[in-house]
Amino acid sequence: MARDDRHDPTRPPPPSPRDLRASLSSSIGISQGRSGRGGRVEPHFAPEFDAAAPVEAATHPFIAPSDVPLATVEVPAAVVVEASGAPAPSPRRSATRRKGAEKAGRRKERPRTGTPETGGRDIVPPQAVAGRALVLVVAIMGFLACLAVGGLALVSEAARDWQLDVSREVTIQVKPVDGVAMEPRLKRATEIAQSTPGVRSARLVGESEGEKLLEPWLGSGLDLASLPIPRLVVIDLADPAAADLTALKARISAEVHGASVDDHSIWAARLRTMAGTAVVAGVAVVVLMLTAMVLSVVFATRAAMAGNRDVIEVLHFVGAEDRFIAGEFQRHFLKLGLIGGAIGGVAAILVFVVADFATRTRGDALSDQAHALFGGFSVGWSGHLGTVAVVAAVAVLTAVTSRRTVLGHLGRLD
Amino acid sequence: MVVEEHALGPPAPSRGRRRGGADGRERGDDLIRFENVGLRYGMGAEVLRDVSLEIAPRSFQFLTGPSGAGKTTLMRLLFMSLKPTRGLISVFGHDTARVTRAQLPALRRRIGVVFQDFRLLDHLTTYENVALPLRVLGKAESGYRADVVDLLEWVGLGERMHVLPPVLSGGEKQRAAIARALITKPEILLADEPTGNVDPPLARRLLRLFVELNRLGTSVLIATHDLALMEQFDARRIVLAEGRVRIYE
Repeated sequence: MARDDRHDPTRPPPPSPRDLRASLSSSIGISQGRSGRGGRVEPHFAPEFDAAAPVEAATHPFIAPSDVPLATVEVPAAVVVEASGAPAPSPRRSATRRKGAEKAGRRKERPRTGTPETGGRDIVPPQAVAGRALVLVVAIMGFLACLAVGGLALVSEAARDWQLDVSREVTIQVKPVDGVAMEPRLKRATEIAQSTPGVRSARLVGESEGEKLLEPWLGSGLDLASLPIPRLVVIDLADPAAADLTALKARISAEVHGASVDDHSIWAARLRTMAGTAVVAGVAVVVLMLTAMVLSVVFATRAAMAGNRDVIEVLHFVGAEDRFIAGEFQRHFLKLGLIGGAIGGVAAILVFVVADFATRTRGDALSDQAHALFGGFSVGWSGHLGTVAVVAAVAVLTAVTSRRTVLGHLGRLD
Repeated sequence: MVVEEHALGPPAPSRGRRRGGADGRERGDDLIRFENVGLRYGMGAEVLRDVSLEIAPRSFQFLTGPSGAGKTTLMRLLFMSLKPTRGLISVFGHDTARVTRAQLPALRRRIGVVFQDFRLLDHLTTYENVALPLRVLGKAESGYRADVVDLLEWVGLGERMHVLPPVLSGGEKQRAAIARALITKPEILLADEPTGNVDPPLARRLLRLFVELNRLGTSVLIATHDLALMEQFDARRIVLAEGRVRIYE
C-alpha cells in the first residue's frame, strides 16, 4: 500500500513556519486574528483545507522527526500532555508553553465577556428525577409521620397528666360495720391522714356529695340512708413520691375498723399500660411510614438511575468515582426530601394549630368534655420539636437512601 | 505494505519489561497492550479472536475495518468498558482483569474518549460539558475556567460555550466532545468514528486537530471506516476483519 506521497513533485513546497501556523490554526477552526470586540478570538472555518499538506509529514513522529518548528503554534496549556514517559519538550516549546501560561494568567485576570460564572449546574438533570411525584409522596409520608408524632406527644402528655392526677389522690374508704359508729371512725381516719407526711390535705366527703356520686348509677330520689354505703375521705398528696402510703395503710387498717386505703395503683398501672401502648403504636406507625417512604425513595432512585443511564455512563468514562455519582443523586434527593418533609411538617403544624383552636373550651358540653379528656389539642413544644425532627429525619433518610441505592446499584454493575 | 500480522502466536509475558520490535522500544512502556485477546458475547461466536496489539506513547493510529468487524467492541475493550473473555489487556501497566472497580476511575482519567454519538449531556451547556471531567475531579471552577474557555476557543467553540448541545451542529458537537476528552490532558485519545457525522472538509479539519494533539504528546487512536480520511494521513493502521487484527505500520 503506497501512501507515502511526501516526495510527490506535484505537491506544493513545504510551507514556511508562518504558513504552517496559519494553516494549522485555520484547520482547527480558529483565526489567530483578533477582532475589535474586546480582543476575543473570532473562530471561523477555513473555506478549504488541504489535509494532505506536508505538515503531517513534518509532525508525525512515525514518519519523520518534528524538525519543522510547529511548536510556535499557540495551543492552550490545557491540552499539553505531561506524561512521565513523554520526551522532554524542546526549549522553544517550553518557552511557548510558558508564554501560553503567562497569557492564560493574564486572561484570568482580565474580565472576559461571556465567560461562564458557574459550572455547578446539576449533572443529573432535575426533571429526570421523578421530582413532583416523589415530593408528594415524601410530603404525605412526612405529614402522616408528623401527625403521628404530634398525636404521640399529645397522648403521652395527657397520660402523664392523668397519672399525676390519679397518683396525687388517695381515698380512704370506711365501710359501715354493724354495731360500730361511723363518725368516730371517719374522724380518726381523717386525723391519721392529716398527720401522715406528704399529705397536703384530707377531706371528708359528705353524705349528700356521696349520694350525688351514686346518682348516675342508682338514679335520683332514692333514700340511701337505709343502704350500707361506705364513706370516703379524700386525701390530696403534696408529693406522691414523698408520701409514706405504706405507713398510712398500716395505721388505717390497724386503728380504724372496716377502713381501707385505695391509692389507685390499679388505675395508674392501667394508665401507664395505655400510655405505653399508645407510644409503641405511634412509634410503629412512624417507623412504618418512614419505611414506606424509604422504599419509595429506593424505587425513585432506581428509576432516576435507569432514566439517566447515559449520564452515568458518561460520568464513568470521564473518570467519575461511584461516590461522586452517588453524591450527585444524593444532593438531588436531599433537596426533594427537604422540600417534601417541610411541606408535610408545615401541614401537620397547621393541623395542630387548627385542632388546638377547635378544641378550646367554648363553654359547651362537647368542648368541655374533650378538654377534660385531652386538656386541649395542644401538642406542646415536644410535639413541634418532634415535627421538626421528623422533617430532618425525612430529608436525611431520603438522601442516605438514595446514596446507598446508587452505590449498591453501581456496585452490582461490576 | 503489511509490516506485521498479529493474528496468532504465543502469548506475550504479562509482566515486566522486555525488548520490543525493530524500533528498539521497550514494549513494557506501551500505554495499552493486547495479548491474544478474545471476546465473545454470551455463548455466541468470538467477536474478537487472538487480538494482539500495542499503543505506544505519542503514537498515531487508525483502527479500521468493515462494519460489524468489531471496531466498537475493540474500543470498548480499550477504555475498559468490557472485559475480555480471554487473553491479557494491559492499560498503563495494569492488567485489566485485576483492576478493581475502585481503580478504574484513575485509569480512565488518563484516557480521553470521543464517542461516535458524542455523548454530550443535553442539559449542560457546551462549557459545562467540556468542564465535566474537571468537575468530576473535584476541582474548583475558578481554577479551570480559563483553561476550558481557552480550549473551547481553540476548537472554535468560543462563541458557543453557553449553548446547549441540541442547538449545536454535528461538527460543533464533535468538537465539543473532543474538547471534553482533552480537557484533562489524557495520555491517549480514543476516537470512535469522529468524522462519521461531519462533512469531508470538517473531517479533514478534525483530522488535523488530532494530528496536532499527537504532536503535542497525546497518543491517538481513531476508529474509522472512512478510507478517504485515512488516505489523507500516513499513519499506522490497525485493520479488523472477521475478528482478527492486521497491523500496517
